Amino acid sequence: MGLALKTYPTLTAAGEALAAQATARYIGGGTLVVRDANEGDLRFDTYVSASDPELSAIAVTDGQATIGAGVTMAGIVREPALGFLAPAAKAVGGPAIRNMATVGGNLFAPTPYGDFTVALVALDASLDIEGAAVPVTDFLTGRETIYARALVRAVSFRLPAEGSFRFAKVSRIRPKGLSIVTIAAVVEERSGAITSARIAYGCMADRPIRAPAVERALIGKARTKDGIAAALAVATEGTSPPTDAIASAWYRSEVLPVHLGRLLLSP
Amino acid sequence: MTKVPVQFVLNGEEKAEFVESGATLLRALREKIGDTSVKAGCQQGTCGSCAVVVDGELRLSCLTLAERCGGCSIETTGGLAHGEVLHPLQRAFNEGFATQCGFCTPGMIMAAKALLDRNPQPSREDVVEAISGNICRCTGYEPIIQAILAAARANSLSAA
Repeated sequence: MGLALKTYPTLTAAGEALAAQATARYIGGGTLVVRDANEGDLRFDTYVSASDPELSAIAVTDGQATIGAGVTMAGIVREPALGFLAPAAKAVGGPAIRNMATVGGNLFAPTPYGDFTVALVALDASLDIEGAAVPVTDFLTGRETIYARALVRAVSFRLPAEGSFRFAKVSRIRPKGLSIVTIAAVVEERSGAITSARIAYGCMADRPIRAPAVERALIGKARTKDGIAAALAVATEGTSPPTDAIASAWYRSEVLPVHLGRLLLSP
Repeated sequence: MTKVPVQFVLNGEEKAEFVESGATLLRALREKIGDTSVKAGCQQGTCGSCAVVVDGELRLSCLTLAERCGGCSIETTGGLAHGEVLHPLQRAFNEGFATQCGFCTPGMIMAAKALLDRNPQPSREDVVEAISGNICRCTGYEPIIQAILAAARANSLSAA
């Protein structure tokens, strides 16, 4: 069966088309939705896309970054002002996928995919959905319900302080393999003590999550082996990792504190 | 069934075809144009056997809609040789036993070409990264890595 492709000049027009047709799906880079079509997903018969150049724009001004939802992972890697995010963008697929996969699409990528979104969670990013600012964690909570057909225009976040962002994707195959666990952290320090911490996990639940118990346990502590011990002790609190072909839930829980510790103590 | 016109340049030649609406570039190339150098593997974006170069960027033709390639320049392994003279990458793969069953080879070569076009003297690490989206179940990868490095050396010698 053929699928129609309808391309609109603005995201608003694409959104109206999507709302008017339950069997339409939005297509960004195509790495998720064309894959579904190739698998024989008959729940949709129309691709809807938008050609709005704003979707491919990156703006970094006054310590604030705004990334169009259509920016590809390769586009992130090429952007000097977002150099700290390059490891997270490079964690997605191989070079061909990175030339296609978009920031907006990654928000919808099911576990064990969606490594870039883990970084956005640690950055406490905000999504522009129909003009409303939606925290990325709220979006992820409602991803299959109220935001299932949401059109994300852009993601925004404050640039982290120099050297405060850390990212690790643990996989069995390097350089490209599915995630056992992905960890992103924004940890700020002053006078040898941690003053703020945002820790995000991928593959420790059915979607990227924050680790509030870890964050609380890090405040006021030194970023040393002894200083982070209490945080590592609660590393798995609030997690419900999946069992899949890559790793069992048990394995993920066992290795998470090890990799979190390595990440937090990395220079 | 709705047909839509697509026009692009394939390996330097203008092509104009009517394809089924929503058809992937992979299907358009193989079934409409007859370029079977592009291989249909997993069709899930995992194996890389369908990789082609679109406007200088490596892409997976299985996940790319043909309609979105209007006006693009597309390169496939089928257009690399000049008559009987193989491209340096093809020669290096052949001489270095970098192909066994051969199914991954076109995708591997296009991934390598995309790398060498922007980085003519890659490191081994660059090569490993460049083919990280391409799966080979025969060679163990080492002959492929060596062939790409050999093609880069051959290019630099011929450029000297």
